[in-house]
This record gives sequence, C-alpha cells and structure tokens, in this order.
Amino acid sequence: MKRYAGVDSGSWNTKAIVIDDDARVLARAVVRSGADLAAAAESAFALALEGSGFHRADVEAVWATGFGRQSVAFADGSRTELDCHGRGAAFYVQGPMLVIDIGGQDAKVIRLDANGQRLAHRMNRKCAAGTGSFLDEIALRLGVEIDRLDALAAQSTEPLELSSFCTVFAGTELLTLIRAGKRPADLAMAAYRSLVKRVVAMDVLQGRVVATGGVVAYHPTMARLLGQEMHADVLVPPHPQEMGAFGAALAAREGAVSVGPEVPA
Amino acid sequence: MTTLKSAATLKETMGRYYRAIGQAAERRTAPVAWCSSVGPVELLRALGFQVFFPENHAAMLGTARSANRYMPLAHAQGYSQDVCSYLTSDVGAYLAGETPLSAFGLGGIPRADVLVFNNNQCRDVHDWFEWYGRTWNVPVIGVRSPRGIDRVRDDDVDGVAIQLERLLPTLESVAGSRLDAGRLAESVRVSRECSDLWEACLRTATHVPAPLTFFDGTIHMGPAVVLRGAPEACDYYRALLAELEERRQADDAAVPREAFRLYWEGMPVWGRLRALSSLFTEFRTAVVASTYCNSWIFSALDPANPLRSMARASLELFIVRSEEAKEAYIERMVTLYGADGIVFHDCRTCPNNSNTRYGMPRRISERLGIPTLSLDGDVNDLRCFSDEQARTNIEGFVEQLADARPVGARA
Repeated sequence: MKRYAGVDSGSWNTKAIVIDDDARVLARAVVRSGADLAAAAESAFALALEGSGFHRADVEAVWATGFGRQSVAFADGSRTELDCHGRGAAFYVQGPMLVIDIGGQDAKVIRLDANGQRLAHRMNRKCAAGTGSFLDEIALRLGVEIDRLDALAAQSTEPLELSSFCTVFAGTELLTLIRAGKRPADLAMAAYRSLVKRVVAMDVLQGRVVATGGVVAYHPTMARLLGQEMHADVLVPPHPQEMGAFGAALAAREGAVSVGPEVPA
Repeated sequence: MTTLKSAATLKETMGRYYRAIGQAAERRTAPVAWCSSVGPVELLRALGFQVFFPENHAAMLGTARSANRYMPLAHAQGYSQDVCSYLTSDVGAYLAGETPLSAFGLGGIPRADVLVFNNNQCRDVHDWFEWYGRTWNVPVIGVRSPRGIDRVRDDDVDGVAIQLERLLPTLESVAGSRLDAGRLAESVRVSRECSDLWEACLRTATHVPAPLTFFDGTIHMGPAVVLRGAPEACDYYRALLAELEERRQADDAAVPREAFRLYWEGMPVWGRLRALSSLFTEFRTAVVASTYCNSWIFSALDPANPLRSMARASLELFIVRSEEAKEAYIERMVTLYGADGIVFHDCRTCPNNSNTRYGMPRRISERLGIPTLSLDGDVNDLRCFSDEQARTNIEGFVEQLADARPVGARA
C-alpha cells in the first residue's frame, strides 16, 4: 500500500493531508501560515504524518498547492489551487459541476465537465469582498470571535441587506445599522448574504454546485444561503477546508505533471 | 523577453527621435504637435510638425514603474483613480517636473504648439489633451469618431474625412505653411509601407515556434507608433523583418520548447512586461499575437487618396468596431496564429481596451471552442494588479491547456 500527501499553503492556513492508494484520508492537519510559509508547510506535513502513523519515507510523493506552493521545498510537484480544488471535488462528486472555493483572501469558481476536466475558472478581483477576510472584518466590527459568527447569524429574525461593494464601506454601513439599533444576529446574517451575492456574481451558477474551502467549513450558513440563492442544494464534500491539499495528494497519486520547464517534451 | 540583434538599432532609432523632438521644442526649429497614438500623424508630418505621442510617454512611465509615483498628483487635481492611468501618470509626471526623456537629454516633455486627437480610441485622450491645452493655452483639435462600427461604410468615411479637412486651417496657421498635396501623399505612402513592414514582422509569429512574442512586439512597435510616416521607421522594420525571417528559418524560438500558443486581447501591463513574459516562458507558452500590436497596422492607407484613406484606416481599427466585428477579427487572428487560448486583460482604467466587460470572453470561447482567461490588471496603475493572483490565474490556465491536450500531442 502506497501513501501520498498534499500540502495546501494558503494565505491564512496551511493544510496537509495524507492519503492511501485508494485515496482514503489517513490524516489531516491545519496550521496558521503566518509569515514563514516554508515552516508552516513543514509543520502541517509533520502533524499530518504523525496523525497517520507513518514516516516521511513511507510517503511515495508529496505535492503542493495554494498561493505559497512554491515555498513548499520538499514537494515533488505542484498544481494550482484551481486544479486541486477541482480535482478533489471531482473525486467525491460526479460532474459536470461548478466548484466554489472561498478562502481567506480569494474566491474561485471552477467549472468542470463530466470527466472532472477543467473548462474555465474565475477568481475574485484584487479585493477582499467575496472572501473570508470580509467575514473577519465584520466579526471584528460586531465584536464577536469569527468562530461565533455563524451561530450568531442563526439567531437572525429580520432580513437586512448590506449593499456596499467594498469591505471597508460595508464596515461603515454596518456601523450605521448598529446605530439604528439593528441586532447583531441580523447584521451577521446580512454579512453572509452580502458575501454570497459577491460569489454568485462571479459566474452563472447552474447545475451541480460544490462548495469547498475554509469559509464553508466553518460557516455552514454560507452553503445554505448559496443554495437558497440558486434554488438548489449546494454540496459540501468531506473535509472542505483541506480539499486543496486532498487534490494535491490526488495529483501526486495520479502522477500529474507540473506545468513548467520540467514538462517532458 | 527575446534577445534580438535589432534591439540596439531600436534604441538608436528611438533615441534619435526623442532628441530630435526635444531640440525642436527647445530651440523652436520646428512646430511641435502632440498626436494621439492612432491620430492623423500623416497630416502633421506633411505640414512639417515634429510629432510627439503622449501615450508612448505614458507607456515609458509604466515600463519604468514610476507611474504610481505620479498618479496621486493628478488625482489631487480632480482626475479620478478610475480614469485612464496613462492620463493620470503623464499629467502627474508633468506636475512633478519629471520625465524619462531626461535620459535622452530632454529637460522636460516637449511643449506642444497644438494637440491633435482622434477619439476613436476613447474620450480620455481628449480630456488628457485638454489639460495640456489649458495649461499651455494652445489649441486642442481633433476627430470625433463614430464608434461600434460593424462594417465601415462610405458615409462614415466621408464624415471623418471632412473632419480631417477641418483640422487644416488651425494646423496650417500653427505650422505657418500650407499643406502640400504631394507631401501628404508621400507621408501616407511611407506610413503604409511602415504598416506593411510591421505587419510582416508580426506575421512571422504564425510560424511554430514563434520567433517573437507579444511582449517583444510591445517594445519593437516603438517606431511604428512614434515614427509612422517617417522613413526611419521603414528602415528599422526592414532590418527587424530580416532578422525575424532568419529566426523563423532557423526555428529559433522566442519561448524555448514552445508548447502552447496564446492570443493577448487588451492593453499590456507595462510595469509587469518582463515579469509576465518570464512567467509565460516558464510555462513554455508563447503569447504569439495581440490586438494591441496589430493596432498599428493601417492597411487602408492609400497615397492616391490620402485623406479618405486615413479616415478609413482610423475607422477600420479594432477599437472602434462593433462586438460582432471584434469577435470575427479575433477569430481570424486565433486561426491565423494557431492559438490554443486567449488571455483577456481587463484593464481597470481603460474600459475601451477591455473587452471583458460585455460578455465577450464567454461568447468567444463558445464560438471558437477554446478557453479564455480574464486577467485583472491595468496598463499603468499597478495597484490594480496582483502578481500572485496573476501567477495562479496564468499557471492554472496553462494547466487547463495541458490537461486538455491529448497525450502525445505537441507538449
């Protein structure tokens, strides 16, 4: 039995996963990326290995993904997170589908055909709106811990809208609503709704939609609101936060090739 | 970027041009006209003007990555961050009293005696020229072009030709001479020759592997921009064409082991020209053709009918055409150059050169059956460009091309 690993060096968190020949997940780990991406990658991989009960020598190949993929010096290859989130989602869900990955600092929409082959992708503009950072900003303004935001929104009774396109403007709009006596629970829900509106504007959301990334992992409200917006169920596969790392491990298992000078002619 | 022997001649040619116009402005040896990049330069040359192209100057600010230093000065004058960053960086540089032309011995940008625009490309160029017109109290004249043209009709041509004629009294007054029909015909002839030679240079990239890329083209197009209608430009492109033909014969690739070929639609990101060129090269991807470099091909120019042919040439340009005409043009280019995909640059401050905003990438992709990538950025304002996001977008796009290619095909 061979083992493979994937490391997703993200803007906020670094995720690592170890799988076996059948793509069964043996262990997962998440650490803060911080300023030293290489150290975070080492740390996440070491934790995942420890969890799996295997040693580095037991792992056939490690592939990297995420914005810091080039900092993962020990990786045998790399693929973009566009590839890895699509690859991971396609393992669990039969295409054609649209994969929505909402991370800390970017959001992506990845269109896959029936074979899981990528047809197109879109990324958010150079802007925090539509990403996890938006929720952090809102939680800060509301004075709640980010991991409490979803539970707070669940108590919402009054539908409110945040109409601003910009995270900073949304923050000031929030202050206006607070002064108007609006309840934090309703404001939290308005923030989720605002984020969903940014995401659904990125592409035509039709057919099967799969949501991945840290935001849907910790904020179940997001997938629910996305589904409401689309009048369809949004599928959240297992371990959505580590989907990129899982896709990278699959790339290692499937013997994908990195694009670049080393591609054989 | 590809190392071409002609680069040294290019530097000399451009240096001579900048020095000549600097001297004309400082010593008042010839009248100086500012002209928008695809404006009626042939008319200006025939009247003896030294012609300065502020878009070329703005691109120099972008390439030198000094543009972002100057833009805030123009913003403070009330010019929004959302208007053309060529305008804001150029005006800002003027306000700062700085110019990259100092490297050629110029004390400042050459002061215009008249500014001549054609708004076929955008309204911003007119606003830009008006700023200098007010600052220097000199005339700003130009052509107000029809836009969204499907098929160029004779009455459209008539309308622009009449406007060109109407420029003459002001231009003759500033130049202090009457237009000589023979000189105009000669200027148009030389412009056409330059256009044909430039087109031939670009067409060498239809060869696999391509001997030059879009990124090389943005540099080597300099003489076609600033010396159109002058014999020096033709001399330069004859030499460049010979070198490119030689490279083509020898299969000398601009991108070593070229695996993928792309078409670039939109403006360059001047401050990231080299970085993007290196990135595509790293992924063995040659950006073989572009709307931008092709925009200095004026095949309608005809010395037998100077003004009308100038009018027609300005109306045939991609930027003034309808969506359908633009899509048909891109289809022809993609076929001609054998492109595997298209990169659309969504240039934040240049809506007229951003064909991403009314659904074209999706329509083109469906029409041609090839993938498209929309890249956010800007021509000069690097605040609108993310290196990391661009890298992921481009690398992801090449992955997509690689995964779609049958095993054993060229790669």
